[in-house]
Amino acid sequence: MATKAAPAHHEAAHDHAEHPHPGFWRQYVFSVDHKVIGIQYAVTGLLFLLFGFCLIMLMRWQLAFPGRALPWLGQLLGEARMPGGSMLPEFYNELGAMHGTIMVFLGVVPLAVGGFGNFVLPLQIGAPDMAFPRINMASYWSYFLGGITMLASFFVPGGAAQSGWTSYAPLAVIAGQGQTIWLLGMVLLITSSLLGSINFIVTTVQLRAPGLTWFRLPFFVWAQLVTSFLLLLAFPPLEAAGIMQLMDRVAGSSFFMPSGLVVSGQQVAYTGGGNPLLWQHLFWFLAHPEVYVLILPAFGIVAEVIANNTRKPVFGYKMMVYAVWFLGFMSFIVWAHHMFFTGMGTTMAAFFQTTTMIISIPSVVLLSSLLLSLWGGSIRFNAPMLFALAFLPMFGIGGLTGLPLGLSAADIPLHDTYYVIGHFHYVVAPGTLFALFAGIYYWFPKATGRKMNDFLGKLHFWPSLIFMNGIFMPMFIQGLAGVSRRLYDGGASYDFAQDVIHWNVFMSMSAWGLGLSQIPFIINFFRSIKHGEKVGDNPWDATTLEWAAPSPPPHGNFITEPSVHRGPYEYSVPGHPSDFTPQFLSAQKAG
Amino acid sequence: MEIPYTVAERPDTGLNNGKIAIWLFLASEVMLFGALFASYLMLRMGAAPGAWPRGDSILNVPLATVNTVVLITSSVTMVMAWASLKRNDFGKFRLYQALTVLAGFGFLGIKYVEYSTKFHHGLFPSTNTFLAIYFTLTGLHGLHVIGGMAVNAYLWGPGSKLWKTSPEHFTNRVENSGLFWHFVDLVWIFLFPILYLL
Ligand code: HEM
Ligand SMILES: [Cu+2]
Repeated sequence: MATKAAPAHHEAAHDHAEHPHPGFWRQYVFSVDHKVIGIQYAVTGLLFLLFGFCLIMLMRWQLAFPGRALPWLGQLLGEARMPGGSMLPEFYNELGAMHGTIMVFLGVVPLAVGGFGNFVLPLQIGAPDMAFPRINMASYWSYFLGGITMLASFFVPGGAAQSGWTSYAPLAVIAGQGQTIWLLGMVLLITSSLLGSINFIVTTVQLRAPGLTWFRLPFFVWAQLVTSFLLLLAFPPLEAAGIMQLMDRVAGSSFFMPSGLVVSGQQVAYTGGGNPLLWQHLFWFLAHPEVYVLILPAFGIVAEVIANNTRKPVFGYKMMVYAVWFLGFMSFIVWAHHMFFTGMGTTMAAFFQTTTMIISIPSVVLLSSLLLSLWGGSIRFNAPMLFALAFLPMFGIGGLTGLPLGLSAADIPLHDTYYVIGHFHYVVAPGTLFALFAGIYYWFPKATGRKMNDFLGKLHFWPSLIFMNGIFMPMFIQGLAGVSRRLYDGGASYDFAQDVIHWNVFMSMSAWGLGLSQIPFIINFFRSIKHGEKVGDNPWDATTLEWAAPSPPPHGNFITEPSVHRGPYEYSVPGHPSDFTPQFLSAQKAG
Repeated sequence: MEIPYTVAERPDTGLNNGKIAIWLFLASEVMLFGALFASYLMLRMGAAPGAWPRGDSILNVPLATVNTVVLITSSVTMVMAWASLKRNDFGKFRLYQALTVLAGFGFLGIKYVEYSTKFHHGLFPSTNTFLAIYFTLTGLHGLHVIGGMAVNAYLWGPGSKLWKTSPEHFTNRVENSGLFWHFVDLVWIFLFPILYLL
């Protein structure tokens, strides 16, 4: 088989990589190689995910045992945050706002788009690199600076931002210093995503290998392409909003400050005349497309892993491509379903309810296609596949619980309750995060030349699955009982919450259990870099182009320029000697 | 390692990489300014009756008219700069490119006069929402002017070395920076009537 590891490849690769011989800094730190940048993005993203998760594990202590002193760690965090070890409300708010911000903007998106997009996309289209390698590097460093800025905001007087990841005005305008730093950090992150998204689109359009026509693109590439368009077009309005909020905070303008606003019994020192809802419109104009930025790359990864491990083409590939474009387009006109509670008129509400119901259709198309792909497959239950499989029902729960929220009458009692938190966490946590884990297990051999341990992978998967549901399922129960989100005491002081309050301990225990379940992953990740099982170019017997390059690929990726002869998922083709026919196999060789 | 299609066009798409990139960038810029224009609309429509001043009652229309002419002229010289390269006349390119940058300075100079008289009369972004959006929109536009001038100055000076090694690549760069410059011009064409005249 031409596709099995050919040792000759590796020697050639070596020569190739040695050729210009850049120094340490150029090669590993300020690298312009998309694979190094992808790994930088992924590792930084993973670290931020861990950090954001630690914030929430801390928060869950306060929710489970309101006011109780946290032994040891509580002291460590100091009197300004946790006097005597028990958490101040201000610190609780900091944790909440920064958890959301970090998970979305510094964790999931950088890992899903910056990490997987950068590493996998050029390889999958047979390109030597991204179209603009130096802009690619700038994108990473802009993200990195944005991350540092966000982290630094914990140390300014008054602490980090406290107005939620949504930074609603007027609350955010009158908040402490941390909010200004938050806005500056966001400007850097938006710059990073602008540079990245332009690069992805140009690369996909221009650098496809010969023979790689549009409908031969792996679904992963389509998902990244649509994601890039969302980032390109949805982020600027948030940038505009961020600039206006900065003006309000720094120059004293009143974009988001209504006339006659009274805070703590005092009229605020703003001339007024602004509109707090303007912020919400601009924010959700970004943030609804943003939720698809969180989910589409996940769909892309899951499609690859499922095709590979069912040994079958994905079901309805073309339909999925149309669905993902339709989804991307529609995601720009549903944003106000986050604002049914603001007293918009029924005409407006009717419009946004309709578009929200319509956008559910392509989501269902994507999910059903992947589910139907399993039918009749001879499934390999390895670690990446387990995560990909679990993604399907978890996303399903997240999506289904979104439907009632998309209908104004049902949303009004549910809005801002734990039900909403449950809804979107099902989509992003056991949904997207599981897909990202699937991707890590799946492409790790390409990045390092070694496989991760499958047993440790399963030891990571099963407890994670159980604990994820342990955390988020009870949120629906609490939310339906009316418990609001963002309550400092988790509802303890509310009468109507008393029947469901005991779930808080269970959810917190599950969260800490989820933390422990990541230990096998961390061990596996680091151990496998050095000691994992060595593999050749195509360890999973896969069909797409990245498996034509050596593992790990040298600078410039391919030994000989690949050419493409067929669609992306030709598994189990009748008459073909093996159960996979790679895209890069020429027609004669395929027989 | 060479990245394909940095200079030449890809046959099936008919474009080179830079050309697509600049158009994508401009699309995102349209969304940025579009959001600010939409905010302007929403704020103005939501203002209490009589609370929103007419632009010409506060702002200096003659100065802004001059500035409009300056920017449009600079767009013309920008095209001439690019056309000179196409005709292989590097000397003319230097001349027109320099004029374009100088016009940028002229625009900023006039803007400076406008801003400082406003500040002098105690008119700040905090005065009212109209001035807030005025300063934000024109300020952001001004930053774009500065950015465009920086790129143009670079292409006039050190960046023009590329002309000797790869004239086609250099011409493409000038074309793309020109597209950006025209966009900046176009934004002003919207800003002028909306802020100053209406
Ligand atoms: C599939 C169909 C979906 C529908 C119909 C839907 C609908 C909704 C609605 C109406 C809300 C607002 C609820 C409220 O605040 O009262 C909401 C919140 C949210 N949804 Fe979805 N959603 C869907 C899928 C997704 C996906 C794929 C994600 C992505 C990861 C997502 C992430 C979120 C987030 C983050 C929030 C809450 C934001 C916040 O208030 O902090 N949703 N969803
Ligand atoms: Cu939404």
